[in-house]
Amino acid sequence: MPTVSMTVNGRPATGEVEGRTLLVQFLRDQLRLTGTHVGCDTSQCGACVVHVDGRSVKSCTILAVQAQGCEVTTIEGLAAADGTLHPMQAAFREHHGLQCGFCTPGMVMSAVELARDNAGLTEAQVREGLEGNLCRCTGYHNIVKAVLAGAEAMQGQRPAAAE
Amino acid sequence: MYEFAYHRPASLAEASALLTGNEEARPLAGGHTLLPTLKQRLAQPSDLVDLGGIAELKGIREEAGGITIGAMTTHGAVAHDQTVRRLIPALADLAEGIGDRQVRNRGTLGGSISNNDPAADYPAALVGFGAVVRTTAREIPAEDFFTGMFETALEPGELVREVHFPRPDRAAYAKFPNPASRYAVVGVMVAQRGGEVRVAVTGAGPSVFRWTDAEVALAGNWSPAALDALQVDADGLNSDIHASAEYRANLVKVMAKRAVAQIP
Ligand SMILES: Cc1cc2nc3c(=O)[nH]c(=O)nc-3n(C[C@H](O)[C@H](O)[C@H](O)COP(=O)(O)OP(=O)(O)OC[C@H]3O[C@@H](n4cnc5c(N)ncnc54)[C@H](O)[C@@H]3O)c2cc1C
Ligand code: FES
Ligand code: FES
Repeated sequence: MPTVSMTVNGRPATGEVEGRTLLVQFLRDQLRLTGTHVGCDTSQCGACVVHVDGRSVKSCTILAVQAQGCEVTTIEGLAAADGTLHPMQAAFREHHGLQCGFCTPGMVMSAVELARDNAGLTEAQVREGLEGNLCRCTGYHNIVKAVLAGAEAMQGQRPAAAE
Repeated sequence: MYEFAYHRPASLAEASALLTGNEEARPLAGGHTLLPTLKQRLAQPSDLVDLGGIAELKGIREEAGGITIGAMTTHGAVAHDQTVRRLIPALADLAEGIGDRQVRNRGTLGGSISNNDPAADYPAALVGFGAVVRTTAREIPAEDFFTGMFETALEPGELVREVHFPRPDRAAYAKFPNPASRYAVVGVMVAQRGGEVRVAVTGAGPSVFRWTDAEVALAGNWSPAALDALQVDADGLNSDIHASAEYRANLVKVMAKRAVAQIP
């Protein structure tokens, strides 16, 4: 079985996997980082979004071995070491950007990349930018509000250490 | 997903050696078509040859006034590249409209055209601009490359290296996206280069095709109104849960007019 090594949330992670093991399976089943969710098997829902080398990707549609040597950040890696939430997480809480919370980790990970790539994010950009994330509770209105607030808070801040 | 042996060659020669003579081996690019297919157990390759470690397959460069793009270049990289934006903005627009951000961060030009999904966007750009596909064996004009539904001129073991896009004088792409996946129900690229006008249609038929009546009409009168009197024959067009053949036939005309209207 292939051995795979990568950096996950700033720490080295190594494990034995099969060729067919998906990154999300490695994260959830072997590293026990269960914040990353699986909501579909068609690569459409975005519940599984993590960052690989700074880019948001659907971790259900990349093999663990394809992330060999990469820097991976999951939802567990966003908050500061003392538990202070990342500004995007804080904005989701403040603006009721979640109902059942199943889609939330993916939404937050997509939103962090979106905000980082686009200074002065507009509502239209948020709606387009979250095209790959589905909310089964359909709470999009507050999600968009949260992302706009989170993006503004991120701009007022220096980039967090883990990101 | 059935188990397979995974390989990550560092060069094109090594990748070709792994694929040649092994009919059960498949190249892996961004994986955004192949991995969902494997999850459904619709295919069972013995070996996956990951092209992600081959530096020569990545990148975008200016060539002979046009643009050359490596097979492993992601849709996102094409959408945000300054050279593409400056020389062929319609190509950047098309790439920006593929799927969603995460699909664009992984999906590649080479994977998209090798797969030749009838609803894929890139085939309209390749045929619309008269692009050339450069493989490990030869150069193939776009019109000869796309041969049918999910079929291309690629031989077993042959890999797409890069695609060269000549620069059109003016061009625009309009698509009617499936609201869930963003794949093209119908997408139309209109392009003009010197005296030649091309109207390339994806999504509507089994594979990309040129709407020649529209090309003639636009060559004489570059305006949406030039297409008013034309009809597209629904015979042979795709019909599925998303749209009937008749609906698609009408969409071809509507999208072509919208594309022309985008160009000043
Ligand atoms: C949710 C979702 C939405 C999408 N929406 C759209 C959309 O709106 N428009 C659109 O056009 N596409 C869309 N796609 C498809 C996406 O663009 C894929 O990335 C693309 O079709 C395949 O590219 P890939 O790099 O992922 O290839 P892979 O899935 O890795 O490979 C696809 C096929 O091509 C072969 N292959 C790959 N590279 C080469 C090469 N260099 N030479 C020879 N053969 C090769 C593989 O063996 C495989 O058979 C969507 C996909 C998803 C999951
Ligand atoms: S689990 Fe649905 S896109 Fe990954
Ligand atoms: S909050 Fe329930 S799926 Fe989005």
